[in-house]
Amino acid sequence: MIQFVLLISRQGKVRLTKWYSPYTQKERSKVIRELSGVILTRGPKLCNFVEWRGLKVVYKRYASLYFCMCIDQDDNELEVLEIIHHFVEILDRYFGSVCELDLIFNFHKAYYVLDEILIAGELQESSKKTVARLIAAQDSLVETAKEQASSISNIIAQATK
Amino acid sequence: MALSGMRGLSVFISDIRNCPNKEQERLRVDKELGNIRTRFKSEKGLTHYEKKKYVWKMLYIHMLGYDVDFGHMEAVSLISAPKYPEKQVGYIVTSSLLNENHDFLRLAINTVRNDIIGRNETFQCLALTMVGNIGGREFSESLAPDVQKLLISSSCRPLVRKKAALCLLRLYRKNPDVVNIDGWADRMAQLLDERDLGVLTSSTSLLVALVSNNHEAYWSCLPKCVKILERLARNQDIPQEYTYYGIPSPWLQVKAMRALQYFPTIEDPNIRRSLFEVLQRILMGTDVVKNVNKNNASHAVLFEALALVMHLDAEKEMMSQCVALLGKFIAVREPNIRYLGLENMSRMLMVTDVHDSIKRHQAQIITSLKDPDISIRRRALDLLYGMCDVSNAKDIVEELLQYLSAADFAMREELSLKAAILAEKFAPDLSWYVDVILQLIDKAGDFVSDDIWFRVVQFVTNNEDLQPYAAAKAREYLDKPAIHETMVKVSAYLLGEYSHLLARRPGCSPKEIFSVIHEKLPTVSTTTIPILLSTYAKILMHTQPADPELQKIVWAIFNKYESCIDVEIQQRAVEYFALSKKGAALMDILAEMPKFPERQSALLKKAEDAEVDSAEQSAIKLRAQQQMSNALVVTDQRPANGAPQTVGELSLVKIPSMSGDQHASTDQGLSQANGTLTTVDPQPASVDLLGDLLGPLAIEGPPGAAVQFELNAVSGLEGVPSSADYAAIVPVGEQTNTVQLMNLLEHVLMYNAMLFKQPIGNINERFYALCLKDSGVLYEDPNIQIGIKAEWRAHQGRLVLFLGNKNTSPLVSVQALILPPVHLKIELSLVPETIPPRAQVQCPLELMNLHPSRDVAVLEFSYKFGTNMVNVKLRLPAVLNKFLQPISVSAEEFFLQWRSLSGPPLKLQEVVRGVKPLSLTEMTSLFNSFRLTVCPGLDPNPNNLVASTTFYSESTRPMLCLIRIETDPADLTQLRMTVASGDPTLTFELKEFIKEQLVSIPTASRPPAPAPPAAQPTNPAALTDPGALLAGLL
Repeated sequence: MIQFVLLISRQGKVRLTKWYSPYTQKERSKVIRELSGVILTRGPKLCNFVEWRGLKVVYKRYASLYFCMCIDQDDNELEVLEIIHHFVEILDRYFGSVCELDLIFNFHKAYYVLDEILIAGELQESSKKTVARLIAAQDSLVETAKEQASSISNIIAQATK
Repeated sequence: MALSGMRGLSVFISDIRNCPNKEQERLRVDKELGNIRTRFKSEKGLTHYEKKKYVWKMLYIHMLGYDVDFGHMEAVSLISAPKYPEKQVGYIVTSSLLNENHDFLRLAINTVRNDIIGRNETFQCLALTMVGNIGGREFSESLAPDVQKLLISSSCRPLVRKKAALCLLRLYRKNPDVVNIDGWADRMAQLLDERDLGVLTSSTSLLVALVSNNHEAYWSCLPKCVKILERLARNQDIPQEYTYYGIPSPWLQVKAMRALQYFPTIEDPNIRRSLFEVLQRILMGTDVVKNVNKNNASHAVLFEALALVMHLDAEKEMMSQCVALLGKFIAVREPNIRYLGLENMSRMLMVTDVHDSIKRHQAQIITSLKDPDISIRRRALDLLYGMCDVSNAKDIVEELLQYLSAADFAMREELSLKAAILAEKFAPDLSWYVDVILQLIDKAGDFVSDDIWFRVVQFVTNNEDLQPYAAAKAREYLDKPAIHETMVKVSAYLLGEYSHLLARRPGCSPKEIFSVIHEKLPTVSTTTIPILLSTYAKILMHTQPADPELQKIVWAIFNKYESCIDVEIQQRAVEYFALSKKGAALMDILAEMPKFPERQSALLKKAEDAEVDSAEQSAIKLRAQQQMSNALVVTDQRPANGAPQTVGELSLVKIPSMSGDQHASTDQGLSQANGTLTTVDPQPASVDLLGDLLGPLAIEGPPGAAVQFELNAVSGLEGVPSSADYAAIVPVGEQTNTVQLMNLLEHVLMYNAMLFKQPIGNINERFYALCLKDSGVLYEDPNIQIGIKAEWRAHQGRLVLFLGNKNTSPLVSVQALILPPVHLKIELSLVPETIPPRAQVQCPLELMNLHPSRDVAVLEFSYKFGTNMVNVKLRLPAVLNKFLQPISVSAEEFFLQWRSLSGPPLKLQEVVRGVKPLSLTEMTSLFNSFRLTVCPGLDPNPNNLVASTTFYSESTRPMLCLIRIETDPADLTQLRMTVASGDPTLTFELKEFIKEQLVSIPTASRPPAPAPPAAQPTNPAALTDPGALLAGLL
């Protein structure tokens, strides 16, 4: 089971966190601090796994961002490494060649996407097409609601003029 | 780059990004938080859209590491928004900010449930996602049935069902009882026929969790998993979108193979054959390709297949194929594969007959120990540790030692511990073992725990052949210019004991040994100095005829430390000084340490403990635990492994009462368990002090039966002692030692009790507390609380038992039976057969004391809760002191009586040793609590204590009893006790009773600390219950 997902920039800034095990706020900060220290300092040609407090962190660097997923000791590491890549590919497709800035200004979208890929720390959907379809559907729902709201408010605004 | 679509949010993010430093960032965040707080508080109330914006900002601020607790409520409240955009934000932010233990979540359960059972598909998805991510136990209990319905519903679309599967998985993890196995197993099997691969992937994850707990129920799923694998392996009917770099859903393949690892075997030959075909294809058909992702995905499947093959313990051919593959992997350039190769090779060690083929790769593995990647080095170390046996121990340990000086600090401790363990476990000869440990201390002293050098001392002490060698080695190390303090400790100790064996070698005269050790003294800390002092004393003792010059120097040192601020050093200095003046008598006192009783190595124990503590039940760990027992057996059979002399010399004759051990147990306040303490201690007190030398060693594990006993005495609840332990203890108890018999009884009683329901609190402690007080709790477990209230009048007593049912369902078949000793007449009123929910029932009990005795009445109590029969035996606190009545007598009366009761059997005197050291005031209050009135001033000697009391029983008249205790201020552990009364039995029983209290240190002699609440007032519910009314009337 994936215990948590972290996206950390090369400077140690947190871009996304998702916790599937109950960590308190304090523990979360501590974990982030510890792991940034361990992962950001690792050289480029090393393996993608770090053993940490009886768990394992599978991580991969994409440009300036480190994608980290913490798993149990006996989980299949490569499987999780490819979940990370799966996630990145979907983000890439969604934003159209994703970069760190996309994930900063649209961090909430990254959360939507992740929720379509993982639940309870397990892989939910392995088809990129399906995920893309679902996210698009959600976006259009939000859009429609927005339009409706603006049109209603227009009506009210006009009516009260 | 797309902006967030919410202007305020984008501006805020830009602002933060533009902050030049952390200080500015904090200011900006504080400003924003202030703004959000005011908005949330404003009377006008925000629209959902505005709220949504602020809640997103909060999540962003939270990610930056700031506290946003104040806004949790707002996030949760958005969940109940009617429109999708706001609801979505509510769900996502709530599941990111909160964890399952937050109270706020409880408020949302109803809304969440409405969304789940409602008709809106998108709302269902949101709710299922949040519950799947942060749902806790309460969600589990209230939502599981609804989620199950969605998962198997034929009208739901796959997008809802796959979420429901994972949501159910979470709920199941939080509380396995929510999935009813009987009904669910068939459904689960049907789910595995699912055509939609998204739903199938999620369902397979659910299956893995279910079978990890209980594979029995899900046998029907086994062939389905194999079918899924076949389908994927042949790439039949797999939509293009579910292939990943050309591989049919690698994730689903991995999951299906994982599930299969929880079934112990596959019996059906057809299924087995099909599965092996698939596995064979994976093993053979996975090639290294250029594309990283394809490579990773195919190897994820391959490694899972390897694990499954290992689990199934397939034909030899397939196994050696696996080892060959792994051997290839550990040598490749790609670090991930190298890492996984090493890791899986370690797992492979659990399979019995591949050891030799793995050993062939030893050189490669040792190379990995020097890999630039610490993750890989760790795996290599683990593997070397696992594959070490008698045949390769020398090579591996020497490699580890060599690597030690180059290893990073993060690994040194683990490395040195592992090297020490291997050296001990597989030593081809003992001198090699000593070499290894000394090298270890030399190279990595800071990382060598005390256990390691204690162990080497134990070995040397127990093996005479080894002593000269070890001493010579220690002498060699002392010549090095700078040595680690641990090395000073161990060599000083060894030379103190055995340097006389070297006397004829050059540079080893007592004087030379002394000066080389003494050179180190200025460099060591206060914990080492006592060891050095002992060494000096021993060197002095071994110098025969005495060397006046050496004597003078050593005495000067002792003299110097006589005023040391460290009490341990000071005491040793003073005592050694005094002792060493005694000349020949010194020989006996400072004689060589006796051999250590055989005990399990603290190191090995440490290693084992570290291995078994696992909460997760993964397939590999489950198997590892099964293998564990085998591993232990192998360790025990060391002689067969080719190191006979090691073991032969280790299993020593036990030295029954080692001073060190006694000391240790007294220190821990456990002398209760140690029978030798009540008998006369033949050794002079000073020997005990020397025993201190070995204090730390002895504490590690006092010999055999006593250990078991002590542990139980401390925490009666921690382990259920097996009957074999009792067998071992009984002979000790037969030494007419009632203390131990009592203990034995207690343990048997407790053992019975624990077989059924774990009691809350320590039954012993409760009993002892009640011996001193008249009301309190006698027993408590998750279902029932038994309180007691007692009144005593002369030789009669009235006891009321309060039986309180703590549950919401009745306790049935309640039975209480008193097993009275001969001296007590006890009548128990009728106990109702049923105790209604949450009710308390009173059962009065009449007691009469017939004659003096220390025996204890036992209450055998049983009830049934659900299908569980709980049966406990409890001692009733109707003990001897309850029939005492304090009385104070004048001096004339006392002395008149004292003189008239001239000697045995009416007046008995005994010297008691091994008494728990108590000051006179402490003893006075202890006596008073037993209703023995201490009469101050009667005895002219201030160190003595005189007490009087009246005893009531039917056979004796009210009888005056007189007690005199003479303590020795120099040694509080011994005293002389004289008891007198007009009845010989009473005198004897009272004397024994007081002795037990002084020696056995009943837990209650401490102030009965967190006093259990006195029996609660009768619950009104009890009054309406006819049974309770009846009991009350009786």
